[in-house]
Amino acid sequence: MIKVSGLTKDYGARRAIHNLNFDAQQGEIVGFLGPNGAGKTTTMRILTGYMPPTDGEAIVAGYDVVEESLEVRKRVGYLPETVPLYTDMVVFDYLKFMGDLRRIPNVEDRVDEVLDRVGLSDRANGYIGNLSKGMRQRVGLAQALMHRPEVLILDEPTIGLDPGQVVEVRELIREIGKERTVLLSTHLLNEAQNICDRVLIINKGKIVAEDTTENLQARLIGAERVMLRVRGEADELAKTVKLVKGVQGVETKEDGSVEFEFASGKDVRPEVAKQVINSGYDLIELRPLGMSLEEIFLELTGSDSKKK
Amino acid sequence: MNNIWTIAKREYDNYFSSPLAYVIGFVILLILGVYFSAIMFFSSGQALYGGPAPTNEQITWWFSFLLTISIPILTMRLISDEARMGTLELMLTAPVRDIELVVGKWLGAFLYVLTLTAVTLVYPIIMDNFISPGLDWRVVLSSYLGLMLFASTLIALGVGISAIFTNQFAAFFITFGLFIFLTFFIGIPASLLQKGGEFFDYLSFSTHFFNSMNRGTINLGDIVYFLSLTALGLFTGSTAIEIRRWR
Repeated sequence: MIKVSGLTKDYGARRAIHNLNFDAQQGEIVGFLGPNGAGKTTTMRILTGYMPPTDGEAIVAGYDVVEESLEVRKRVGYLPETVPLYTDMVVFDYLKFMGDLRRIPNVEDRVDEVLDRVGLSDRANGYIGNLSKGMRQRVGLAQALMHRPEVLILDEPTIGLDPGQVVEVRELIREIGKERTVLLSTHLLNEAQNICDRVLIINKGKIVAEDTTENLQARLIGAERVMLRVRGEADELAKTVKLVKGVQGVETKEDGSVEFEFASGKDVRPEVAKQVINSGYDLIELRPLGMSLEEIFLELTGSDSKKK
Repeated sequence: MNNIWTIAKREYDNYFSSPLAYVIGFVILLILGVYFSAIMFFSSGQALYGGPAPTNEQITWWFSFLLTISIPILTMRLISDEARMGTLELMLTAPVRDIELVVGKWLGAFLYVLTLTAVTLVYPIIMDNFISPGLDWRVVLSSYLGLMLFASTLIALGVGISAIFTNQFAAFFITFGLFIFLTFFIGIPASLLQKGGEFFDYLSFSTHFFNSMNRGTINLGDIVYFLSLTALGLFTGSTAIEIRRWR
């Protein structure tokens, strides 16, 4: 469905993406994970026919994005990162307009259907300019779904949504991804883990890792790091924690909390909790610490310089 | 063709949902109305002493002048604003050719001007009833044909310039400046040069509309002039969008 080989894009002297190679099959949700400025949006813009690459080739839905751009655009649904919309239009009219451009038969019925799917039926006659960020995001998603595209490209689809909406949108994407190809970008690791079958990690215009979500998880969580906090003074806390077998890398933080690690698969948290309580402390918090994107890159690129 | 029509229709509807188009329509019709009444009264006084009857070309002359001022306002945001708001990204990733987008925008604005022009037809109709032996409708037809070609050219150039800029006011000033230049200034060398002055004369709006079609002379040269400038404007727009893609 998507096949990218040697894709390179320069903006003047700056190289935005460098020699990207990846593919995505039908019924697969592929996540594009990377920090801002990594080249996610640039790649997506090339795949949607918005801009041509400097070098390399991209085939989307069986057509070349440069040579057969119109054919590609007919088959791709795209939600740009900024969610551009005609704010002076009514939601229904806007979707009908975009549907007309794609020659959708019975376009008005389709608009109703799509609005229902993104849960905006009650705002069909409202002006887009009056909608909240979350609702606009859903209008953008509705627009991308209008023509039942074979390939759906979503640039940061959950950014700016409130937690409830994030869950809804992810659910919707997962459902769509069952029969179509979805490529979505995100800078949230847990989002990629949550909805994607496969994750491409991109940094500074290069793919640094590509793997299924499970494998990636296993690779990342060589060791899990946990934070522990007790009520009151806890000078001896670190010493207490160290007594438990399997605990590594104990550190006392400035705020009095203690961080420690354990090897993946050997969860020692119950033992640590017992030990802490038996030693007379009031345990108030014990939680896993997620990895930041920076740490992930360091981990995946095999850099051994531990920055903290 | 379908896409052009879809885009034109949205643009046309958009004019009627914004106060700007109403203000422009109102001001143009007000000025023309006042002017029309004035020449009618003035001429009827003169007619008692055998003076000349009013002509419709006086109205179309003013109308074309008002269009020169208002078309840059109507076209300035057509593409520049899409670039600013980011909606251009939607258009450029929809299955629409760049030229279809540009022609659609042009057609939308042209239909708006056509609507306005239709309203101004009341002036020759009233005039025809008041003067004897009536208007020469062939001249009226020529004036209006010229007016439409003139408007088509102005709008195409306006859309083309709008595609170059992201700031609509920049688009406005450049468009307006170009119109003034082509109307008043480009013909100047013609009166100064001994030889080759016809070339500059040929480039001027005045030669082809004010001094020609508006007075009832239809010739192929004028039509070719306006159509080629229209094509140039649309081509400029399409090229500017193409360049945006590569940047």
